[in-house]
Amino acid sequence: MAYLSRDEARALAQRVLGFSRSEQARVTINSGDTGNTRFAANQVSTAGDVSDTSVTVTTAFGRRVASSTTNRLDDASLRAAVETSERLAPLSPEDPEYLGELGAMPVPERDAVFPGTADLSPEARALAAAQVTAPAAERSLLSTGYIEHRTGSSAVMTTRGQFAYQASSNANFSTTVRTPDGTGSGWAGAGLFDWNELDASSLGAQAIEKADRSRGARDVEPGSWVTILEPTAVANMVGLMMGSLDARSADEGRSFFSRPGGGNRIGERFLDSRVTIWSDPLDPRLFSAPFNGQGLPNRREVWVENGVLGTLAYGRYWAERQNREPTGFVSGYYMEGGNATLDDMIRSTERGLLVTRFWYIRGVDPRTILFTGLSRDGTFMIEDGQIAYPVKNLRWNESPIFMLNNVEMMGRPVRVSPSESSEVSPAVVVPPLKVRSFTFTSVSDAV
Amino acid sequence: MKRRDFIRRSAFAGGALSVVDLRELLARPARADDFEFDAQERELAFVALDAARAAGATYADVRVARNRSQSVTTREQQITGLADNETMGMGIRVIAGGSWGFVATNLLTSDGVASAARQAVAQARANAVAQLRPVELAPAEVHRDGQWSSPVGIDPFEIAIEEKVSLLFEANGAALDVRGARFVNASFSFLREDKFFANTEGTVTNQTIYRTTPNVSVTAVADDGSDFQARASTDVPPRGLGWEHVLDSDLVGNAPRWAEEAVQKLSARSVEPGLYDLVLLPTHLWLTIHESIAHPTELDRVFGYEANYAGTSFIYPPADFLGRFRYGPEIMNIQGERSSPGGLSTVGFDDEGVRPRDYLIVRNGVLNDLQTTREQAPWLADWYRRSGQPVISHGCSYAQSWADVQFQRMPNVNLLPHPERDVPLDELIGGVENGILIDGNGSFSIDQQRYNAQFGGQVFWEIRNGRVGDMLKDVAYQLRTPEFWNSMDLLGGPSTYWVGGANNDGKGQPSQVNAVSHGCVPTRHRGVNVINTGRSA
Repeated sequence: MAYLSRDEARALAQRVLGFSRSEQARVTINSGDTGNTRFAANQVSTAGDVSDTSVTVTTAFGRRVASSTTNRLDDASLRAAVETSERLAPLSPEDPEYLGELGAMPVPERDAVFPGTADLSPEARALAAAQVTAPAAERSLLSTGYIEHRTGSSAVMTTRGQFAYQASSNANFSTTVRTPDGTGSGWAGAGLFDWNELDASSLGAQAIEKADRSRGARDVEPGSWVTILEPTAVANMVGLMMGSLDARSADEGRSFFSRPGGGNRIGERFLDSRVTIWSDPLDPRLFSAPFNGQGLPNRREVWVENGVLGTLAYGRYWAERQNREPTGFVSGYYMEGGNATLDDMIRSTERGLLVTRFWYIRGVDPRTILFTGLSRDGTFMIEDGQIAYPVKNLRWNESPIFMLNNVEMMGRPVRVSPSESSEVSPAVVVPPLKVRSFTFTSVSDAV
Repeated sequence: MKRRDFIRRSAFAGGALSVVDLRELLARPARADDFEFDAQERELAFVALDAARAAGATYADVRVARNRSQSVTTREQQITGLADNETMGMGIRVIAGGSWGFVATNLLTSDGVASAARQAVAQARANAVAQLRPVELAPAEVHRDGQWSSPVGIDPFEIAIEEKVSLLFEANGAALDVRGARFVNASFSFLREDKFFANTEGTVTNQTIYRTTPNVSVTAVADDGSDFQARASTDVPPRGLGWEHVLDSDLVGNAPRWAEEAVQKLSARSVEPGLYDLVLLPTHLWLTIHESIAHPTELDRVFGYEANYAGTSFIYPPADFLGRFRYGPEIMNIQGERSSPGGLSTVGFDDEGVRPRDYLIVRNGVLNDLQTTREQAPWLADWYRRSGQPVISHGCSYAQSWADVQFQRMPNVNLLPHPERDVPLDELIGGVENGILIDGNGSFSIDQQRYNAQFGGQVFWEIRNGRVGDMLKDVAYQLRTPEFWNSMDLLGGPSTYWVGGANNDGKGQPSQVNAVSHGCVPTRHRGVNVINTGRSA
């Protein structure tokens, strides 16, 4: 089964709303095919191909709202889902924040389906895996990895006349190569829209080189270090800030972005003046979500401009209450960079650390967006402008806010595989960074 | 299972169900779809198994599952969400050419599932292209009609929405009555999963699994806006039980305490970093057990199968560790089980039809066994033969839904009470000159081989000269797993045993969540490194 086309989604949405007895109702449809292949110990371990379509209907009677989801698409099941939401809604207390369903309004249109991704077969995935497993086996290394791709569509229709539809493709490839004695480990990964742009053997070669090079890591003193972060590590950190942009929490006094004494920090300079971060549903490097779950169109948002907080994320209710335009929430972002290469950063460093990616990142203190996590799969000491030797992994306690106030050099932004689990995700494009200070608090024996 | 059976079993197992409640439940008509599921699932499952066999599968299993979930979310005196969701489909796993294949579909027709089964076989053959070693399964007992249901006292889906909302509002109100408590979020989520399993060896099981999750979080904000602090209800864990768990959780009675502690954190003293003796309450310790014992003893992780995401384990090679590695002191025993009533991982049969057994992962402080599926048990054949045990699965196969392939997930992993006497909590605290008592789980992070971890908590209390003193804040402790567990010099007795757990244990690619409980007693650890996590922007 493939994903629903615009016409199919519209017809299904009309069929669902045809069962509705309410003036205010909304249907959200997600459909698509997801495929994956995992490899471990230099061979494919498991794979999966999944087709599903889910239909969520939200019903409001006045301000009493409830929703119901089903993935059974026969009339009886769809009718039952509508009836469930209609049975529950009157039982709900009034939601004073319910603003009613949206009427017709245009949403950004773009073509984000890539046949190279949509038509990817299990055979092609297995061959891509072999581009890593074969060279790893030749060098007596152990490769593991994960390939995931999804092509699907989502649609929202309301009884007030809004219909929003989008379809998109997305893929992700990542691999970790380890030495059989467990003393070395290297990772490489990439996110992409078009599978045809993937260079699996190049990513494999990077992971293989890092695994080789990271054998025999030496001890290193925890503390504040000059640190070069490869783009994946930058995304691991910056994503924590992007997830903390909720305007309401800030206005309620429970966010880093709260202004002491009331209000929020929009318009305040809070980061290095070279930091600019935006989202844009129409930019082909991002294709960030064109509309939200209520069918509200998203537009280009500049979250941070030259170090100044451009806006926070406003849902419909909070935007109306604060007399602002709703922004939608961050799904994919682009962080501007500079012209430095990773080599430039290394050459300019007398003593510092080079980090590939971070792991097990968890919140510690929301007041400063302070998180903890560890480096993994390629951490190196830089001395006198060169990678000198591998070092043990380190635990850090750090905030993206502090990190982005300590920027020394910025490189060219690239699309990364930003999630720790390497699943397909909204596009994240970030530069590599060299920062004056990054706080590492202990050493780990984990390789 | 038929609804009638469900109620009969529940009445025996629940304990919290009163006679009046039972009569009420029996009086309600059964919904038609409770009956419809049985016949359909059986027929389609066998269509898929036949199609897989005909296409050349040497083994196949199918799971037909229907998950019904309901969530009610609130803040202060407002509803923020009310949703009732259902998803249903079939996951088909096959071995062909020695490799696994897996395809899942929501198209539950004969043609749909037969086509998916053939697709799974074709995928397995594609996966076999660069195969080095064919998959082999340990033998398993055949269960021709396995039946099991969570021991639910009161079906949460039978409770009126109004009652759910009203209870949440009452809890929120009780929290907000505390001066300084500014915000409160409270929610319930409920799951019922009907899961039918059949494989080509003749095993057929039918199970109904429930989970109930109450949740409250209170936030206090300083009058001058200079600080905010939250207290989450981590002492009320999710359980594999029904509405009776909500009633037992007494959210309304507990909310003022959670609110008071959130407010108290605003003025609590920031901790001085250094080495402290720690007394860890079970409300906190379950998560430390989860991360530093339950995860590193997963056998797929030990053998590198999760290296690209969840990580490997310091337990490698296993032959050097099994029967030899001192995880902790003699008084430390760690149990793996999927049988405790209300345990989140508790089932009658795992997702490859194996009836799980209770066993010891750590015996008298020494590593004794690991977590296995049918594919993995043979990897430990030497150890099992040497120690006189059969080479069979511990029943740790699990998939989060019909759309996900099953793989090795942890059972309920428990720290058993002191083996000799009923040590009370006071005795643990009484032996501490300069220490910290930690209540509730908070921030958590551990490296990919499960050595270096850092844990926060909900509430921290100073211990001075054997007595609990003032509240502290900004506390996190850092540990190295073997040293940490060997620094434990005393643990509580049977009367201090408590069960925590979580619905969101992540592992695998694509990442799947596992629900798991961890029973434990309070422990005392000597000389643990504590850091101060407070920084100013």
